[in-house]
Amino acid sequence: MNYPTSMTINGTNYAKSVDPRTLLVHFIREECGLTGTHVGCDTSNCGACTVLLDGDAVKSCTVLAVQANNHQVTTVEGLASENGAFSPVQEGFRQEHGLQCGYCTPGMLMAATALLKEIPKPTEEEIRQNLEGNLCRCTGYEMIVRSVQWAADNPDGVPVAIGENS
Amino acid sequence: MIPAKFDYKPAQSKEEALSLLAEYGDDAKLLAGGHSLLPLMKLRLATPEVVVDIGSVDDLSYITDKGDVIAIGALTKHRQVEQSDILKEHVPLLAHSASHVGDPQVRNRGTIGGSLCHGDPASDLPAAILATRATLVISGPSGDRTVTSDDFFTDFWETEVKEDELLTEILIPKCTGEKWGFQKFNRRAQDWAIVGCAVQGGDNPGIGMVNMGSTPVRAAEAENALRSGSSSEEVAELADSGLTPPTDIHGNESYRRHLAKILVQRALDN
Repeated sequence: MNYPTSMTINGTNYAKSVDPRTLLVHFIREECGLTGTHVGCDTSNCGACTVLLDGDAVKSCTVLAVQANNHQVTTVEGLASENGAFSPVQEGFRQEHGLQCGYCTPGMLMAATALLKEIPKPTEEEIRQNLEGNLCRCTGYEMIVRSVQWAADNPDGVPVAIGENS
Repeated sequence: MIPAKFDYKPAQSKEEALSLLAEYGDDAKLLAGGHSLLPLMKLRLATPEVVVDIGSVDDLSYITDKGDVIAIGALTKHRQVEQSDILKEHVPLLAHSASHVGDPQVRNRGTIGGSLCHGDPASDLPAAILATRATLVISGPSGDRTVTSDDFFTDFWETEVKEDELLTEILIPKCTGEKWGFQKFNRRAQDWAIVGCAVQGGDNPGIGMVNMGSTPVRAAEAENALRSGSSSEEVAELADSGLTPPTDIHGNESYRRHLAKILVQRALDN
C-alpha cells in the first residue's frame, strides 16, 4: 500500500504517494527529477548518493523515502545560489580540479559541505576522516582534499565564470 | 536493490510501537536508523511483512548522567554517542568505539539500540557494551525488564529482545579515569573488523571481542588474568582462550586467534 510522503528538497516541497520500499535516492531522482544525486554502489559503501537530511550527511540509498517524510533534504542542486554562483565547496572543486569523471562528485560535495559546517577550518586529517565514507576511483583523493581546503580558506567562495579563470 | 514489499507503520511513541508489535508479532520488524535492517532488506535476507518505524520516537534519544551510571536512550545515534561530553568523561571507551562505526554518514543515521539489537558479532558496539558491563532495559507488554550484556546476545544475529519487545535504554556503570583501549583491524576504511577488541580497566575489568565467535563475546580468561594483575603479555596470550572464531574470506580461525592476541596487547599498552 502506498504511503503519502512529503519533504522539502532544496526549499521546494514535494508531496507524493509512494510504495514504502522506495529508497530516498530513487524518490529524489525519479519522483522529483533531481538527477544530480547519483546511485553508485547501492550498498551504503561509496557515498555517491550522499545528501543532507536535516543538515546531516546521509547515504540516500540506505534511507527509505518514508523515513524522510516531513523532513528537509538538500541535494547537490541546492548548493549553488539562485544566480548560479557556486558554493565555496563547489568552487573549491573547480579551482583545485577535485574531480575527473565526476561520478562521486555530488556525494563528495555534500559530505564536504556537512564537514565545513561542523568544522570550518579542518585539518587535513579531519578532511580525510570525514570523507572516509566517500569513494573516488579517479583522483587518488589528493585533489579532493585540496579542494576542501580551498573552500575552508575561502568561505565566501570566489565565483569565477568558466573561461575567465586566470 | 529494492526491499521486498512491506506495510509501513510509523510509531510516534514507545507505547504505539509495542501495540503494533503485539498486533503483528513475528511478521513485524522495528526500523530505527535502518543501517543494519535496510541493507538486509535490500539483499532480501530480511523480508518483514510490516515495518514499524520508531525513528521519530524522540524521547528514546538521550544521554543522561544518573549518578553511578550513564543512561543512553536506544535511539541515540552513533554520532551523538561519539560526541557526548558526558560519555567522553565517564565512559570514554564507548564514545571512542562509536567513532569507529562505519563512516560519518552511517554514524549520522545508525542508532546504538539498532546496532545492539542486530546482534552482529562483527559490530563494534556490542564489544564495548560487554567490556563496560552494561545493563539493557527491554520494554514489553508487561512492563520493563533488565538484562545484563552477558545475557543479551543469544545467537548469531539473535538477542534477548523478543518479538513483542523493544530495547529502550542502555545503562553503563561510570568508569571515570580508568584505563581503556579499543582496537580494530580491517582491510579498508569503514569495513567491518576482521577482529576487534574493547578493553576496560578497573576493579572489574572487561574485554569484549569483535568477530571472535557466533555472537559478540567476552574474553573471560584474559579478563581474569587482567583482574589478578598479570602483565599485558600474559593477558593478551589468553585473548582467544575458550573462543571459537569463524573462518571466512577475510581470515581463517588461526589468523583471527593471532589478531586477537596482538590487538588485546595493543589495547592494553596504548
